[in-house]
Amino acid sequence: MSDVFQRRLKRRQRTSRIFELVCLLSTWFGLVVLVVLLTGLMLKATGTWDPTATGAAKATENWLTPTLLTNHMSSDPERAGMVASIWGTCWLILMTALLSVPVGLGAAVYLEEYAHENWVTRFIRLNIANLAGVPSIVFGILGLTAFVRMFGFFGDPTAIGVPLGFGMLKIPLPFGKSLLSGAFTLSLLILPIVIIASQEALRAVPQSIRHASLAIGATKWQTIWHQVLPASLPGVMTGIILALSRAIGETAPIIVVGAASYIRFNPGNIERMSELVTKVDGLLLVPSSQYTVMPLQIYNWVLNSPDPEFKNVASAAIVVLLAILLLMNGIAVYIRNHFSKRLDW
Amino acid sequence: MVTTAAIIFVLLSESIFGLGDSVAFFQEVSLWHFLTDTKWAPQYGEGEFGILPLLVGTMWVTGIAALIGIPFGLATAVYLSEYASPRTRRIIKPLLEILAGIPTVVYGYFALVFITPLVIEPVAGFFGIPVDTFNAVSAGLVVGIMIIPMVSSLSEDVLRAVPRGLREAGYALGATRFDVSVKVVVPAALSGILASFLLAISRALGETMAVNIAGGIRPTLTANPFEQICTMTSNIVAMAGSDAPAGSVQYQSIYAVALSLFAITFAMNVLSQFILNKYREVYQ
Repeated sequence: MSDVFQRRLKRRQRTSRIFELVCLLSTWFGLVVLVVLLTGLMLKATGTWDPTATGAAKATENWLTPTLLTNHMSSDPERAGMVASIWGTCWLILMTALLSVPVGLGAAVYLEEYAHENWVTRFIRLNIANLAGVPSIVFGILGLTAFVRMFGFFGDPTAIGVPLGFGMLKIPLPFGKSLLSGAFTLSLLILPIVIIASQEALRAVPQSIRHASLAIGATKWQTIWHQVLPASLPGVMTGIILALSRAIGETAPIIVVGAASYIRFNPGNIERMSELVTKVDGLLLVPSSQYTVMPLQIYNWVLNSPDPEFKNVASAAIVVLLAILLLMNGIAVYIRNHFSKRLDW
Repeated sequence: MVTTAAIIFVLLSESIFGLGDSVAFFQEVSLWHFLTDTKWAPQYGEGEFGILPLLVGTMWVTGIAALIGIPFGLATAVYLSEYASPRTRRIIKPLLEILAGIPTVVYGYFALVFITPLVIEPVAGFFGIPVDTFNAVSAGLVVGIMIIPMVSSLSEDVLRAVPRGLREAGYALGATRFDVSVKVVVPAALSGILASFLLAISRALGETMAVNIAGGIRPTLTANPFEQICTMTSNIVAMAGSDAPAGSVQYQSIYAVALSLFAITFAMNVLSQFILNKYREVYQ
């Protein structure tokens, strides 16, 4: 009797160990893929080794050169650069952040601090959760209809001028294929993420802080503005940075909303950092100008280029993009760790 | 507040406008033809608008992606929650997050440049199957890898939420780790796990760029995954970037396809919420 039991026990223990091995290998699969992808990319971009080079060893060049960052597109792979897309990405992300952060944070504050627990609030929460799961290209379609063409309200394109101190900011209506459309679309895309992350950050602030502030006579708004928001700031910033880094990599909605495929000028014709302050009229042209972004540039180089050599240029561009993303995520992690050490309750 | 109104507006206007402009579309092409025609070739002459090739393409890619992403993701989740030490977990989780954070164009590039020549062609060549440069298998493979982190982190959260008491009761009865994991913990967390599967699948459905680069843009109705296919998402991108004039039937077809896509993903999201709420076992 115990003999049968011993045999069965051994078999079950063997199954358990095999299962553990299977799970371990599965975990490693994902990681191994990541490592292979990144090293293959680096090797191809710097020209050290190209496993897919056919025939003559064409891939011994280093494609990760400074000219990549400073030149515009050209039909010669050696001279092609991605400066227009870098500027485009920077402007786009800046405008997206300006649009989505106040709105998202405001919505989070409302939902956490002010809203009553009724069916309206529940409906709103449900919508936010659903929107977070909608594919990005659907946002692109929405942006196309709502911003680029504005539902066809404006038959002929007009523009409204907003006088700022140093010049006139022209906002075209409908937005057309400009940075404005892209920024609005992307901010709609990341708005659910920003809202949810900010909600979590606000929730993490202990109630005792709020109660203490109210107890000494502060109003609700004072409590929020002076106590809760500063306390939740690290979490909120982490969430914003992560949302923006997601926005950087989004290509599909940008294509649908009309980013240009072949563009040889920076938005507003601003070529150097110094021109940001000197070329004011260029600065005012930025929101209405056409643009391209880094992932789109990569996509074009991979698929739509005449010369297959461009795939190597694309690999170098990917390295640049990943470096920027890594930097942003690193900043987010640093902020999270640094501030969570200071405020520990 | 304005923000919340904007959100509801977004949800509704998408359907209405998919519908509004698509009504123009559906006036030209009957709904029946849309759903059952087997060719999708808007640019040729009169234009044929059957959505079946696009649907089949989407199904191929999503199916292969699910076949890869779900088992690996679940196994990873089980390993992280049941077997791994806290130190291992602290190393692996950020790595998986990096995997999730890579933009999809990069995955598409990877599929086109590395996976198809180096992985698929040797394997298929071994069996004597011809492989297109753009094919469904490499697109599905890459999307599957993309959703592994999603399945694993969502499932792991659910698995960890199962109270220790259940596991310890299992061990006390003499069960092995395998027994406890598979027969106690996973069934307890099943609703959350299923919900995470559905979310991952809906993400795979909506995946655009990687599929575009790896799978191609020629819609074919085929049972051969090694051929080039075009998914609904790829098609939208291709049409939007093309020269079709606004207001024409070709252009409006974007909205029709987008509406179908939205309907499918929305239904899956709602279903996953429903499953999560209905079958959740509440512990104290």
